[in-house]
Amino acid sequence: MNLAKRAALGLAAPVLALVVAAVVASLVLVGTGDDVAGFWKTLLTWPQGRNIVNILNASAILYISGVAAAIGFRMNLFNIGVEGQYRVATFAAAAFAGAGWLPGKLNTVVAVLVAMLAGALWAGIAGLLRTTRGVSEVISTIMLNAIAGSLVGYLLTRVGSSTGNTRSTKQIEQGSWVGGITIFGDSPTKLFGLSLVAVVVGVLFWLLLNRTRFGFDLRASGASETAAVASGVDVRRMIVISMLMSGAVAGLIGMPTLFGDAHNYGSSFQTGIGFAGIAVALLGRNNPVGIAFGALIFAFLTEQGNLLNILVGVSPDIVAVTQGVIVIAVVIAYEIVRRYRVRLEQASVGEQLEAQPAPQPKEPVS
Amino acid sequence: MRRFSKIAAVALVGALALAGCGSGSGSGSSTSDGSKAVADACKSSSNNQGPKVGLAYDVGGRGDQSFNDSAYAGMEKAISDVDASCTEAKAAPDENDTIRAERLRTLAEGGFNPVIAIGFIYSPAAATVAAEYPKTNFAVIDGYSTTIPKAPLKNLSDLVFAEEQGSYLVGVAAALKSKAKHVGFVGGTHGDLIKKFEAGYSAGVKSVDPSIKIDVQYLTEDPNDGKTGFENPTGGKDAATAMYESGADVVYHAAGKSGLGVFDAVQTAGDGKWAIGVDSDQYLTVDKAQKPHILTSMLKRIDTAVFDYVKANADKSVKSGFVAYDLKVNGVGYSKSGGFVDDISDKIDAAAEKIKSGEIVVPTDPAKVK
Repeated sequence: MNLAKRAALGLAAPVLALVVAAVVASLVLVGTGDDVAGFWKTLLTWPQGRNIVNILNASAILYISGVAAAIGFRMNLFNIGVEGQYRVATFAAAAFAGAGWLPGKLNTVVAVLVAMLAGALWAGIAGLLRTTRGVSEVISTIMLNAIAGSLVGYLLTRVGSSTGNTRSTKQIEQGSWVGGITIFGDSPTKLFGLSLVAVVVGVLFWLLLNRTRFGFDLRASGASETAAVASGVDVRRMIVISMLMSGAVAGLIGMPTLFGDAHNYGSSFQTGIGFAGIAVALLGRNNPVGIAFGALIFAFLTEQGNLLNILVGVSPDIVAVTQGVIVIAVVIAYEIVRRYRVRLEQASVGEQLEAQPAPQPKEPVS
Repeated sequence: MRRFSKIAAVALVGALALAGCGSGSGSGSSTSDGSKAVADACKSSSNNQGPKVGLAYDVGGRGDQSFNDSAYAGMEKAISDVDASCTEAKAAPDENDTIRAERLRTLAEGGFNPVIAIGFIYSPAAATVAAEYPKTNFAVIDGYSTTIPKAPLKNLSDLVFAEEQGSYLVGVAAALKSKAKHVGFVGGTHGDLIKKFEAGYSAGVKSVDPSIKIDVQYLTEDPNDGKTGFENPTGGKDAATAMYESGADVVYHAAGKSGLGVFDAVQTAGDGKWAIGVDSDQYLTVDKAQKPHILTSMLKRIDTAVFDYVKANADKSVKSGFVAYDLKVNGVGYSKSGGFVDDISDKIDAAAEKIKSGEIVVPTDPAKVK
């Protein structure tokens, strides 16, 4: 196939997916009796400065979550536990940083490491259960999510302090906050300093996958476990290591908000990013660049959901439906395009064969 | 890889679908004609000349027949009495302070004034946004937003309630009506807010008879999991059923929409079993078959607070800072619908007088109930 054809095919899947998602979302809106034209007009208005900043922050957080999930997915490990891992990790980091044992930015750095460690350990439990006891990581991580929520809730009542009707860890000293980056002068919101961690995570993930022996082993184990074993990969070791890495990255999810905005972990801290990350990873097909687009689309839809709700009266549930439809549409679209490509390749091979002089039949046709 | 992502997608979609079913069945009974009719009240008021109110709900929103509906009832009164108009903004699950702040900003920028945030979770967001829009008034129900800014803001109010006092009164009612000397409490999330209900209730029960056994069950220990806590009628039903089966004959709930499950449980448990509602007068909204079991409801007059606040905006007499709604100003209380507490209301009212006079100080922490 020539280059242009290839590029067209590469673009076909995402475009097809978005078109399908748009059609389905419109049908849902017609079904619920909402204002379809208003929906698209509002959704596609260029966001204000502060909204762009919010979208970037939300994408960074979703991106980290997506990469955490993708590390497991690449190796056929369905780590659904990112949710629990980041909550345990964020709580640990908030409690550590709030205690203020270390001065200034040193406190921040060590707290981030504490978060990675806590996330890795929480994920490691599932990894160990899988390798030593053969427990499916799907089951164990779901259970660990539930335990994480209750554990953090319990610890909050033990070490947290209350303000009004909420309970949170101690406020982090101002010296350990990470300042925001002003993108638009008139925007009251700023890009969280630690949102840039997402870029670092993305680059490292790409390097790890494509430029290291570990990454090769990871992809090999994911593609075929038996083949990987045959070629000398210690799959059990790989499972534990990739769970630990997935957990460590999950530990970073809460950091931009913790040090940039909330400054403590309490009842109003965001939950559910771990689950959103799974969808984002699927949307991005576990590819470092793809996940970035997935995160951006999800963050954009969530941010515009506010406007849709207030200006057009569309329920936020519809926005959630749209997000879900996009994920399904992407999976289906890639499958359709893959089949089409296979057929095209077969056809072109066939053409080439026909163009050549027909080979002599081995046996004469009688 | 390809097969994997297919399986993963199916699993994810399945999980989302199941989650959808869960919340669907929860709200099924409440998205009846009642809430549909109310939905139009906000839209049909758009030409009114009074204050343009922006209402920001927390997850769940209207239709819980309890907390949020009570806020809306106050809004309806404001529409008819002070010619107010309103727009509602609903929250999606799993938000953070940035998203909540953006909702309040969008309302403020849309020209809505005042903006009322329903739920303490909006406190940090309201504190941030109130500073950015000094000409718009913000109020947070159950909030603590005014404790956040370093200097007090003139346009920020927290409308707070003495839930423990109202809960004390229904605790007295529960103790007086319990033949088995065994009562129960079902809470939503195990956080400081709901603990106030538990503390007041326990103190009220113990004030009548210290030997009465009190079962306490929270639907989740995770304070961030409002969904399992407050939008979980199945969980509420399971918890209450267990209490009735173990011998309790009165169960009080402070669990929002999950409380609808407690009412299902009391209906199944049958004669001689009671349930106590919360926030709104829930006798008025439950199914007919459940009415004979609704002993009373702890009234948290969010409707009064919302109405007063909108009216204060119309009169330009808004009070910033904490605005407390306790027994003295009828901010909390108990309902008499159904007439099941008529025979004991003199005793309950006597307890109320003692609280008003300061003779009884109701604890807000269950650990401090004697």
